[in-house]
Amino acid sequence: MHSALQALPDPAILAITAALITGFSGIPGIFLRRPGAGQIIAAILTLLSALVGIPAALALLFAKSTATYILNWGLPFGSCELAIDPLSSFFLIPIFLVAAAGSLFALGYWPAAEHRSTECGLTFFYGILASSMAILVTARNGVFFLMVWEIMALSAYFLLVTEHESEGVRRAGIVYLIATHTGSAALYVLFSLLAAQSGSFLLPAAGSLSALPPAAMVIAVATFVGFGAKAGIMPFHIWLPSAHANAPSHVSAMMSGVMLKMGLYGIFRTLTFFHDPPLLWGAVLTVAGISSALLGIAFAVAQRDMKRLLACSSIENIGIITTGLGVAMMGVSSHNAPLAYLGMAGALLHILNHSFFKPLLFLGSGVIIHAAGTREMNLMGGLAKGMPRAALLFLVGSVAICGIPPLNGFVSEFLLYFGFFYQLQAPSLVYLVLLAPLLALVGGLAVVAFTKLYSSVFLGTPRSHGAAHPHEAGPAMLLPMGLFALLCLLVGLLPQQALRLVAPAITSFMPQMSTAVNAAEYGALLGRISLMALILIMLAAAVTLFWWWRLGSARVNSAPTWGCGYQRGTSRIQYGATSFSELAVSVFNGIIRQRITRPKLSGLFPGPADCDDRPTETVLENVIAPVFTFAGVSFAFLRRLQHGQMHVYMIYIFVTLFILMLWAH
Amino acid sequence: MANSIIHIFLALVMPPLLLGVIAKTKAAFAGRVGAPFLQPYYDILRLLHKGSVFSTTTTWIFRAGPIVTLATTAVAAMLIPFGAHPSPFSFQGDMILYAYLFALGRFFTMAAALDTGSSFEGMGSAREATYSCLAEPTLFFALITLSRLSGSYSLSPMLVNISFGVWLNNGAALLMLVGGMFIILLAENCRIPFDDPTTHLELTMIHEVMVLDHSGPALAIIHYAAALKLFVLGAFFVHLALPYATGNPYLDWGLFIISMLELAVVIGIVESVMARLRLIRIPQLLVAATILAAFSTLLVIR
Repeated sequence: MHSALQALPDPAILAITAALITGFSGIPGIFLRRPGAGQIIAAILTLLSALVGIPAALALLFAKSTATYILNWGLPFGSCELAIDPLSSFFLIPIFLVAAAGSLFALGYWPAAEHRSTECGLTFFYGILASSMAILVTARNGVFFLMVWEIMALSAYFLLVTEHESEGVRRAGIVYLIATHTGSAALYVLFSLLAAQSGSFLLPAAGSLSALPPAAMVIAVATFVGFGAKAGIMPFHIWLPSAHANAPSHVSAMMSGVMLKMGLYGIFRTLTFFHDPPLLWGAVLTVAGISSALLGIAFAVAQRDMKRLLACSSIENIGIITTGLGVAMMGVSSHNAPLAYLGMAGALLHILNHSFFKPLLFLGSGVIIHAAGTREMNLMGGLAKGMPRAALLFLVGSVAICGIPPLNGFVSEFLLYFGFFYQLQAPSLVYLVLLAPLLALVGGLAVVAFTKLYSSVFLGTPRSHGAAHPHEAGPAMLLPMGLFALLCLLVGLLPQQALRLVAPAITSFMPQMSTAVNAAEYGALLGRISLMALILIMLAAAVTLFWWWRLGSARVNSAPTWGCGYQRGTSRIQYGATSFSELAVSVFNGIIRQRITRPKLSGLFPGPADCDDRPTETVLENVIAPVFTFAGVSFAFLRRLQHGQMHVYMIYIFVTLFILMLWAH
Repeated sequence: MANSIIHIFLALVMPPLLLGVIAKTKAAFAGRVGAPFLQPYYDILRLLHKGSVFSTTTTWIFRAGPIVTLATTAVAAMLIPFGAHPSPFSFQGDMILYAYLFALGRFFTMAAALDTGSSFEGMGSAREATYSCLAEPTLFFALITLSRLSGSYSLSPMLVNISFGVWLNNGAALLMLVGGMFIILLAENCRIPFDDPTTHLELTMIHEVMVLDHSGPALAIIHYAAALKLFVLGAFFVHLALPYATGNPYLDWGLFIISMLELAVVIGIVESVMARLRLIRIPQLLVAATILAAFSTLLVIR
């Protein structure tokens, strides 16, 4: 076995090759005349690179060593180092997985025959996005990192505005572009300061920087703003709902399942540079994380657009991960090894879990859009009848994302809860245990949001003509969903194996902490969870058999739903998406805002009237938009510089360079 | 081993008896003779032999609702200790699984209700979703308090730990916890003042309205699962409120049965002397329960 592994080529080379193949996957399609051929080639190439890349990433993860390569690039920013340590290889797994699943899904969802004008660009930029993320996690030079980061951000923009004929899509694109470049600006600050601290643009080695100088504080703030804007941590989440809602579904899956994690990767990576981080850093991350989780899921409850709901729940999940990272950092600062280990294990495992169930749900939303022709949940209903397979797979995703046993979401939240409870006997930071009820509230709201989503889409009777005749999706769309559903179930049933998967990344993140923890003990705990999950499934099977036996011995009839004496029920009097969440929204009035336009009724027999409820984006509408309007008005004089004449722009660049040169001398 | 067998036997057999005792107490307060104690058993057996009607609107989700509810409640019953005896399955962190098992059951109950396309059942599940979401943090505050008092992370040691000695030292915290958990016990089991299981107006119901379309064996499973849930949450509550133990295993089982019956009588009395609350008052009472439990947590971790 061992010699067979040695006979294989270096896994790091394989992983980088796989990343490059993904990047080139869209190029043949540009030169091929026949529509569709390029898309199929791209799907095959991406699948191949996943088949190579995922085993390579796993091999690197368990090798526990760092493979380093130097790219000869001839630019004056020091040597361009590529390195794959366990943390990088851990992030490579979801990148390859989601990229392959999405490109297969695209064959059914965005067929070239129907979308001739957009398919080519979509396939091209999709490959570039996946590839840039894979390269990003290996980059060890600050400037190279920023370049790849920009490629990632811009390719995501081009994917997002695929349907740019629509006003909403263009607006979402602009908001995304501004948000991502605000983040990038902070990253320029970050990497310049890092270079000033360490003397070169190479990223500092783990634990090599001190967190004491004031510059370290600025670095921490720049990290939080720059990477937080990409990850969608509150209050930098404003771009996220509209961007995810308006992109094609497999692109949303990629953005939500993987691209947000690149922001988190940046935070993880930057934190490794410092030894002895102050307690404040962890505390800020924890507070930002738990408020993102709470507010994100509260917004999700109020949504009526299916994909916006999913996007808001991404904010929630990123919040949960950030909370885990925050308490882990507090564990590191206070030399509390179990807290650090449990927080980190929960955060990393939730990253993996979220990259299973969120793409599953976003791909599912693509299937639903095909069947119902809308994203508006109030117009759907009864889809489970026409598309039972998609309904089952979507149910797996919905249960998993609520963090309910026996699926994978529960496992990562369990580790976090256990970390919080562990604080009760700890010498310090006892108050961290109060995060447990907050996380429970998040879980409760998640159940509201996802029963709302699932039942208003799949259950009941159709609420519009569009949803009345759904058709089952093709295998190209169901296969990727099935794969993700299977992974959700596997992690839920065998959590101890999933913990082994994240263990190397934890060790590389905090070597001195993880040796102080008895990791086998937590593995054994998760083993008990797995046992209980099996008992649960067996009991459910037993109840099913018993019921089936009783059903066999008596008459079984079909009849319409009982109308409680009311005979003229229509599908419009069903509880819809908005009416289901109305009570929850009214109870959580302080957190969730809904703009309700009620009709004015007068007279004894009022005529037809409309009532409209819309969730509002409080932060975007009340804080960010006024600031930008103010900036737009006060900097109006600068617009004279911007007139669309290319040669004058080039003069600007030349003059700027000349002035900088003079200044440098 | 013997204890585990008694545990499973009690969980299987005893739950409907609590409903019988509650009904009998209410009858006594109303001056009636009332149905026999074993009436809930007769009802369940009767339903098991009846035919079923399935709505044409429904899919397999509708049938999965009762199954998942019963299975999750049964697993939760395996985790909770009865009286002074530890539960058959006990491990560190089982309290988190315990709390989340109910969420799984709730998810499927609500989905099954919405599967019928009936607006009444939708109304019920919207209420269930909101109220249970408010009840969730209370349970976690209670678990924190108990974990702190016992120094353990598992339901069995943390509940069996409560004794008169603990009450003497932490009387205020436990008193508030008992208050909060009693509210949750009534709310989660849809008893008066939150919900009236016997009302005949669908508009005002929560749990019963969600299962309007289930019939025959499915309804039997639902009734049994509801009784089991009352039993499981009641066993949790009895540990807090009536923490007596003798040390003799058989006497302790007897004490546990007696205290469960006492609890049923108390619930019956509450139901007899109170009216159902208006729906808009329910969230306020649930938040009050959360705050009571949060106070008890603050008292023990300060």
